[in-house]
Amino acid sequence: MEKISDKMVKLTLKRLSAEDEYPDLSQHNNYMAKVLTQDMYKKLRERATPSGFTIDGVIQTGVDNPGHPFIMTVGCVAGDEETYEVFKDLLDPVIEDRHGGYKPTDKHKTDLNSGNLKGGDDLDPNYVLSSRVRTGRSIRGFSLPPHCSRGERRAVEKLSIEALASLSGDLKGKYYALKNMTDAEQQQLIDDHFLFDKPVSPLLLASGMARDWPDARGIWHNDNKTFLVWVNEEDHLRVISMQKGGNMKEVFTRFCTGLTKIESLFKERSHEFMWNEHLGYVLTCPSNLGTGLRAGVHVKLPNLSKNTKFEEVLKKLRLQKRGTGGVDTAAVGGVFDISNADRLGFSEVELVQMVVDGVKLLVDMEKRLEKGQSIDDLMPAQK
Amino acid sequence: MPFGNTHNNFKLNYKVEEEFPDLSKHNNHMAKVLTKEIYGKLRDKQTPSGYTLDDVIQTGVDNPGHPFIMTVGCVAGDEESYEVFKDLLDPVISDRHGGYKPTDKHKTDLNHENLKGGDDLDPNYVLSSRVRTGRSIKGFTLPPHNSRGERRIIERLSIEALNSLDGEFKGKYYPLKTMTDAEQEQLIADHFLFDKPVSPLLTCAGMARDWPDGRGIWHNENKTFLVWVNEEDHLRVISMQKGGNMREVFRRFCVGLQKIEEIFKKHDRGFMWNEHLGYILTCPSNLGTGLRGGVHVKLSKLSTHPKFEEILTRLRLQKRGTGGVDTASVGGVFDISNADRLGSSEVEQVQLVVDGVKLMVEMEKKLEKGESIDSMIPAQK
Repeated sequence: MEKISDKMVKLTLKRLSAEDEYPDLSQHNNYMAKVLTQDMYKKLRERATPSGFTIDGVIQTGVDNPGHPFIMTVGCVAGDEETYEVFKDLLDPVIEDRHGGYKPTDKHKTDLNSGNLKGGDDLDPNYVLSSRVRTGRSIRGFSLPPHCSRGERRAVEKLSIEALASLSGDLKGKYYALKNMTDAEQQQLIDDHFLFDKPVSPLLLASGMARDWPDARGIWHNDNKTFLVWVNEEDHLRVISMQKGGNMKEVFTRFCTGLTKIESLFKERSHEFMWNEHLGYVLTCPSNLGTGLRAGVHVKLPNLSKNTKFEEVLKKLRLQKRGTGGVDTAAVGGVFDISNADRLGFSEVELVQMVVDGVKLLVDMEKRLEKGQSIDDLMPAQK
Repeated sequence: MPFGNTHNNFKLNYKVEEEFPDLSKHNNHMAKVLTKEIYGKLRDKQTPSGYTLDDVIQTGVDNPGHPFIMTVGCVAGDEESYEVFKDLLDPVISDRHGGYKPTDKHKTDLNHENLKGGDDLDPNYVLSSRVRTGRSIKGFTLPPHNSRGERRIIERLSIEALNSLDGEFKGKYYPLKTMTDAEQEQLIADHFLFDKPVSPLLTCAGMARDWPDGRGIWHNENKTFLVWVNEEDHLRVISMQKGGNMREVFRRFCVGLQKIEEIFKKHDRGFMWNEHLGYILTCPSNLGTGLRGGVHVKLSKLSTHPKFEEILTRLRLQKRGTGGVDTASVGGVFDISNADRLGSSEVEQVQLVVDGVKLMVEMEKKLEKGESIDSMIPAQK
């Protein structure tokens, strides 16, 4: 019985030669384009993962999206857990480039003990409008959103609903399937800023993540509206803890408690999350490996953001800015989304600590600039 | 296409019910036809190039329905798709093409002399006339499925063929990839430039992959004959000009198309064609002649008349906005074209357009004068 991976390789090689098929990356500026040579492409098209994901599947999004004005995109995705092994010749250098020199032999540490976070409960709510921590989780044994079939996606949804239905206390909540949401439910979720829409970003669409929308996609949230899970958007699960104001400590505590509980509920049902000691949590986008964690705030920095040293400060603090509409949007009205830049090679606690300490400093700088004072003495060292 | 559906056998681990798409909110030809039984029968099949049932239907699953037109909801990835997936595609074809049966034969007639009239549509109403069709080069897979290598060869072969044209057809190729800003401006001003598809009907089928690699536009110096390479089909051939002389547009269309086919044949390349489906194209709606002959025409009164739709149906014509297949009309100007593609010849279809548009312009003039058009309502063609 011929293996699926062998079948897919045969179909790939039935096309023309590697030279004829190699993408034109001359106008491109993303991590995949920096790394993928013709020789590498030739070698990798002779492989496929056990579920049939090929190199063309990995790179399609990067071929279709040459580059982005605001951020250096990754330009490649995983279709399943094995992608990171089968196509390591491409993905190891991409990971290394994207994650600050992370080597194929490095080990990643996981720390979801919120007690280890120092401070973080007193960010000034006059500036810090909201705080949020998110991560992703993939359920081992299923292909990932770029590649999964409807049957797989529905199985992931079913397992997720069962697990989430067992949450209690502060985490007790309800699941809303996108497919049969009422207009009233939809409006409420929009008002709460919970509803996720069919992706419009070409970065996601080009990799096939929006297929069969809205089948098996949904949103679960607790009654208090502070803990939220997205099912089958860019990853199997996106887990989000959020609230207005600057109490990041509380947000992170709820995040860790909820996530750990969810993981044990899956384990009770004989399912685990994709994780290994080198890459940490395995997710669709190589940029989200490790912790998969983005902890951030929406913060008012109209003066600081116009300061010539703004970018440098962010870099030293290992922070990243985005617009308040998501990864590929621009800032509006001086309000920025500031979050950790790293994902891999640092633990969850370490990353949230950087956000807490860094944002505190940024707000102090903003206050100085408001009063027309200098911020030179506040400039941080490289973290 | 590279993602999602080509790991066919992996999906067989799931039952038919688990994989069968939810089509309960859908309104397209594919959704009307595809039952669990048909899905179950076809889901383990593949064409020789690896195209699967899920590939065929993905665009229809992702696009439940369209406000202006009944979409087809499925595409071919190669010539063999129409055979391997006939249990789905034959009923879709029958539904879309007025009851066309699996045993029916299609006639091709590209002899422009067989057209009667067509040179005198009133240019005060008929702003422009255009005829387009598509052609697929045998031996290559189609835009939803083809690889970069295949697309590039199609481009190369097309450039060679088009560069051999002379006389009124002498022209130049502009690859999308290396177009200068000046060239781009000019092509936009001429209304020739095609852009990366934004319609989800096309993008969900994978036709925009690797854009703009292997895509380009060729046109003659007179700017009346134009070929698109690797957009929705391997080739789209277009003849157009301002005003109402559809006869001239069709003449140029037929002559140019046949010259191109001759050149391809000389190099042992044919177009995909068979006596049942005529010319094979990506979308089942374009089988047969693949021909859309149309005009941009001012029908501000007629278009608001309660019998407008009925008249169009009887004339076997179709209306669209002037921006393309899934746009709305602006300012009372409509794109009116033949509704049929399969089961009638090129000449017959253009004849319907010529006769039908002539009638509608006369109706418009009557309505402008406040007169009735009741006596002019045509019989069903």
